[in-house]
Amino acid sequence: MIPSHVKLNQKIFDDAVEQVPIRRGFGEGLLAAGEADERVVGLCADLTESAQMHLFKEKFPERFVEIGIAEQNLAATASGMAAMGKIPFIASYAMFSPGRNWEQIRTTICYNNRPVKIAGSHAGVSVGPDGGTHQAIEDIAITRVLPRMVVISPCDAIEAKKATLAVAKTDTPVYVRLAREQTPIITTASTSFEIGKAQIFWQPVTRTPDVGIIATGALVHKALQVARELEKEKIGVTVLNLSTIKPLDERALLHLAASAGALVTVEEHQIAGGMGSAVAELVAAKGQPVPIEFVGVHNQFGQSGTPAELIEHYGMGVTGVRDAVRSVLQRKHSLT
Amino acid sequence: MHLDDTTIKKLELQANAIRESIITMLLAAGSGHTAGPLGMADIFTALYFYILKHDPKQPHWPDRDRVILSNGHICPVLYASMAHAGYFPIAELVTLRKFGSRLQGHPHRDFLPALETSSGPLGSGLSQAVGMAIADRMNAAIDRKKNGDDASAVVSHFFFCLLGDGELNEGNNWEAVLVAGRERLGNLIAIVDRNNIQIDGYTENVLPLEDLRAKWEAFNWHVLEIDGHSFTDIVAAVDQAKAIFDKPSVIIAHTIPGKGVVEFERKFEWHGKPPNAVEAKMALTELRTLQGRIQSEHQ
Repeated sequence: MIPSHVKLNQKIFDDAVEQVPIRRGFGEGLLAAGEADERVVGLCADLTESAQMHLFKEKFPERFVEIGIAEQNLAATASGMAAMGKIPFIASYAMFSPGRNWEQIRTTICYNNRPVKIAGSHAGVSVGPDGGTHQAIEDIAITRVLPRMVVISPCDAIEAKKATLAVAKTDTPVYVRLAREQTPIITTASTSFEIGKAQIFWQPVTRTPDVGIIATGALVHKALQVARELEKEKIGVTVLNLSTIKPLDERALLHLAASAGALVTVEEHQIAGGMGSAVAELVAAKGQPVPIEFVGVHNQFGQSGTPAELIEHYGMGVTGVRDAVRSVLQRKHSLT
Repeated sequence: MHLDDTTIKKLELQANAIRESIITMLLAAGSGHTAGPLGMADIFTALYFYILKHDPKQPHWPDRDRVILSNGHICPVLYASMAHAGYFPIAELVTLRKFGSRLQGHPHRDFLPALETSSGPLGSGLSQAVGMAIADRMNAAIDRKKNGDDASAVVSHFFFCLLGDGELNEGNNWEAVLVAGRERLGNLIAIVDRNNIQIDGYTENVLPLEDLRAKWEAFNWHVLEIDGHSFTDIVAAVDQAKAIFDKPSVIIAHTIPGKGVVEFERKFEWHGKPPNAVEAKMALTELRTLQGRIQSEHQ
């Protein structure tokens, strides 16, 4: 069941659940952040509407800089603007920023300690028909490894808006991971959001879970569907929405690992180096040993297709998550 | 502004002292770059001892001009200039590249907060200077809005970005050149150390840059070409660059790598290695003799 205090969307499991691209929430959040603080500036690399920065640009043309198709310059110029007291947001596709410009992000932003906010849109295979070149499934790995960087992967447009507003108030570099596609609205305006805080979006009626699912981004919705299905089979699942991948909510994660004794991580990203890896690093270092199954892309590139086809093909759909829960349960039971 | 002989002599002596510090610190470090720092000693001297609006006792004074060193590997000349100008003790220079030193092998703001940026990986310093110049213009516009047209309330600055010529191989650099040209950043002055060497050899053999002037002009920059060892040239070029308000300016400064020590001059082998004890002794003797010559020439 959904804990009442998180105040999720009542229609979350309806077929007609409202769907909005996560990147849209970034656009609205940036506009609101710009209204709240005149130091907020926007820089884009020829993808202003696609990355949803047009809302900010239309309202604050004097605070918007079109960089052109030059992501390395995008990052380093933003670093310079931050040096002069601005709060720069840079936006492009995740494949190009933080993909192509990773070294500029490392040196001129993180190493240089400049609080630039990086919005990477079109992350994950759900970009769809554009194919593997445009499907960033390595971006969590390359950003979370950077000292000082905060990494946030919102689960829907509403959370993306809150996250954007929240990161505008921080003094560190931040990467916000955004998806292109229509994504079911899970949260509501009343759902709280705090950087570094994971929230339980589903818990078993019995209160003690058999398995904990840790999900991030658009796939949180799949995890919730699986939890609801498995409840009918008397398998108790807790779903944790891990919207902040760095820094991790250690308390929530370790508590879940200890109470469930088995974990499944779910992300639209390579297994290597992603959110699941981050969770495994934490649990291995600070928790009790528990089996973990990782749902994500296994050492492959993406390809063309519809978002739904691709999510299924790479084993990140409802079937893939459910299978992972069964496997991890088997492993858990074989341990006892 | 015309420099009088006394000022020129003072600057030449200062540059010489900075060159001596560079040799001393490289010898103590046992690694680092020699040719570039020696070649840029005159330009750094002109900046830190004549041109810049700055206050070494208040390195974060908001009204200062900014120096953005893009080719971070020539930092011995930056550190030596800053120390001689009073940012930190000259005695600290010999800690260059040592564990715990504020003087990291390539500049790092975490260790030495008086630096405007951390640099080393080539090609992204100009982007940062462009970002600073754009943000400064935005800030000035906000000031104007708040204070009416009271020009005295509007703070503006010059941004000096120092670049290597080999560094111009980097595509990121030209991305920044494009944006600066479009933005007509009159507050931005790039200085290219045109010393014709990079690690693999002479720039025109590795990857030709000429016609370098035409390249910058084509990107809507005001281009000046000078003898990078003439204080008169350096100061006049910066004065002109400051006067050009509707374009960014680039000063292509022709310098002699290793300048001041004949054995090091014009040899790309000296790009990335430090002098050993014998070479350092020879270099220091030569620089001290040169110092004598400067004095006698002006007396």
